[in-house]
Amino acid sequence: MALTGLEIYKQLPKKNCGECGVPTCLAFAMALASGKASLDTCPYVTAAAREALDSASAPPIKAIKFGNESVIGDENVLFRHDKTFYHPTTLLIRVSDSLSDDELSLKLQEIKGLEFDRVGLHYSIDGVAVVHESGDAARFEKVAGIVAAGTEKSLLLLSSDPVALKAALVPLASRKPLIGEATEANYEAIVNLAKENSVPVIIKAEGLDALNDLVVKAQALDYKEFVLDPGSRTPVETLANLTHLRRLAIKKKFRPFGYPVIAYTSQTEPLDEIMEGSVYVSKYASAVVLNTSTKAHLLPLMTLRQNLYTDPQKPIQVEPILHSVGDVNENSPFYITTNFSLTYYSVEGEVETSKIPSYILPIDTDGTSVLTAYAAGKFEPEKIAEAMVACGIADKVKHRNVIIPGYVAVISGKLAELSGFKVIVGPRESSGILSFSKTLS
Amino acid sequence: MSVALVKERYSSKVGEVVLGATPEQGGTRTSTVTVGGDSTLPFLHFEGQMQNRPIIAMEVNDIVPEWNDTIKNQFGDVLNNPGAWAKKCVDEYGADVIYLKLIGADPEGENRSPEDCTRVVKEVLAAVGVPLIVAGCDDDEKNNEVIAAIAEATTGENLLLGLAEQDNYKSIAAAAMVHKHTVIARSPLDINICKQLNILINEMGLPLNKIVIDPMIGGLGFGIEYAYSIMERARLGALANDKMLSMPMICTVGYESNRCKEANVSADEFPGWGDLQDRGVLWEALTASAMLQVGASILVMRNPAAVRLVQKNIADLMNK
Ligand code: B12
Ligand code: SF4
Repeated sequence: MALTGLEIYKQLPKKNCGECGVPTCLAFAMALASGKASLDTCPYVTAAAREALDSASAPPIKAIKFGNESVIGDENVLFRHDKTFYHPTTLLIRVSDSLSDDELSLKLQEIKGLEFDRVGLHYSIDGVAVVHESGDAARFEKVAGIVAAGTEKSLLLLSSDPVALKAALVPLASRKPLIGEATEANYEAIVNLAKENSVPVIIKAEGLDALNDLVVKAQALDYKEFVLDPGSRTPVETLANLTHLRRLAIKKKFRPFGYPVIAYTSQTEPLDEIMEGSVYVSKYASAVVLNTSTKAHLLPLMTLRQNLYTDPQKPIQVEPILHSVGDVNENSPFYITTNFSLTYYSVEGEVETSKIPSYILPIDTDGTSVLTAYAAGKFEPEKIAEAMVACGIADKVKHRNVIIPGYVAVISGKLAELSGFKVIVGPRESSGILSFSKTLS
Repeated sequence: MSVALVKERYSSKVGEVVLGATPEQGGTRTSTVTVGGDSTLPFLHFEGQMQNRPIIAMEVNDIVPEWNDTIKNQFGDVLNNPGAWAKKCVDEYGADVIYLKLIGADPEGENRSPEDCTRVVKEVLAAVGVPLIVAGCDDDEKNNEVIAAIAEATTGENLLLGLAEQDNYKSIAAAAMVHKHTVIARSPLDINICKQLNILINEMGLPLNKIVIDPMIGGLGFGIEYAYSIMERARLGALANDKMLSMPMICTVGYESNRCKEANVSADEFPGWGDLQDRGVLWEALTASAMLQVGASILVMRNPAAVRLVQKNIADLMNK
């Protein structure tokens, strides 16, 4: 349970010396309670007080790091409009150790291809979950080794058999895989294995009550690098559990649930599976394990993840300077757009496809779309004319033509007057640029 | 030890809106469809009721649309016959209602007359028994004319009519009021404009249970996050008893998602993105999925394969 400012205050030295940066211990306590200060800035707290307050000053959901720079957890809000979501859902592709060697190498090949470029961003799959299903510990160890050799991505090693898990983990400990799963039956062995190898571990129980009990017992082994699995495998139950876990962690600072949560898809058809995954990406899963590794299936899901994890206060933007596409020359067409990354890359992609080397000048509209910017007075002819002068386009091309987005045709006259350029109204949608470009020259 | 879960106690719920009217109610529909009524965030059955499951309205156009072939091929030869097209959507794809968009009315296109448009609406009404949503073209003035004519010719049907917008709502709202229909109130991703528009329409005398909110969405990869957050805020507002945000929401999923390049370009052009077939289906279906998670009641969709996925997703999430 979160401590109030007053409860924290009781534990402080009450010297009111101000060395923590705020004038009084009470003010400091208030800052701690709202998560705006760290206990470390008071040099006088006693060890006992620190122990008691540690939980109050810790974030509501612990950040867990594993593998190749994967960070999960450490979220502070229930809704992205409250602030933002920080750590995009880690997506892991499931690989069973019951695959044959040939199937395995095909799967790894496919996983390797899960890298995407769209609208100026690079998306990639985060990792691979090696799942022990063969019943053969030696096979699990071998497959884990093959997967590790075949990818640099993060690893999850999943078996409920501590012996098999240990055999697979020890040679790969330097890759810092996430391991699982510790259940009521095996938790001592598996949590201790994780502890010895300094890797995080999944705590799995059926339902939230059992999960709470198990986390408390596992914490008693003096280890806290946990990821939670409430055991549900249907979309509706998993959605409910993910919501409960997130609410208890954020609203109540309920410590046993202050860890990231992993979800597993259960649908057998790949497209249904992506739909299911989209529910978990939207609602609070820190990591999701998927079966399908087909490009066409992962791109939409990764796009959704990227969208929901962008900071609502800061649209993604490109630098508002003159960009050139291809090997530009003095005859190259000159396009105007906005610096909203989505807008800019929609245009750039089409200009590139036209194969005509061109200049594109994104106007600084605080990262808004053409019409949003225009409606907000951020895409005015005066501003565009100024940016045209500032970027020196007149010295780079010998023609005097500027192409503007079709949606802002109304600014043509004024822009022509101010810039001295002939204004050519382009198509409304960027998809029209390809055929439009053929009419140029 | 049992954990004390956090269950929100909301003071209100999303209003219910009925679409369509049966002969007893003054229309010709074989059944009506009710949307809204939720007293929880989406699909959290542990803390409230999802009174009515979200529904899918399949899009039918009055002229053959310029959709990509992966979608058009699934329909076969009905695309130039709105009645047959609508019937196929209901009979084969299980559409809950039909969304008829009258693109042919556009003065810059075929410039069809209000009478022609009315005829198409009647054709579709005759072909299917489910309720109908009717939206005009992109020209405000023409729409006012067209929708007024349709509203009159279908008095009592309780169509869901679009689109009422902040600077153009009066004639549609009036037509709906006089001829007993329901309206779509569209605002550009802005919670204050959304409320304001609902107030204005309500002040004209149209009751709140005759209004559906179109928050205007963005497709996956093209601004969906703005819609996601605006809708989530609207839903929280409805649950906290903000009456002017408490109408069910309609999302033009098919239109927005299929404007995106990712739903249209082939793998030959963009090998890095994988096959178009499944990519296109998922582009639309995931747009729908995200909107469902923030409270959409009506999803306007196109691609039958995407509709199937979303139907299953809804069934899974309604399965308590
Ligand atoms: C998302 C959105 C927002 C987001 C902002 C997102 C952002 N970062 O820009 C938010 C919610 C913040 C917002 C706010 C506002 N918005 Co707004 N918004 C939208 C929405 C739904 C999508 C915009 C978008 O992202 N489009 C995608 C990008 C890629 O499109 P684009 O920039 O136009 O680029 C395309 C083309 O223009 C073309 N193109 C671009 N550059 C070039 C260059 C050349 C040379 C060529 C040929 C083509 C070309 O290619 C691109 C792809 O086809 C639109 C409605 C819609 N569905 O379009 C309304 C819309 C743009 N918004 C509108 C309005 C009025 C506003 C507000 C002023 C009022 C309000 N709603 O609160 C505020 C302004 C905020 C401010 N002060 O900055 C109106 C504009 C009306 C008008 N015709 O002027 C719209 C059209 C909605 C409407 N129908 O009323 N909005
Ligand atoms: S540094 Fe410590 S003792 Fe001094 S005012 Fe701050 S909290 Fe109190």
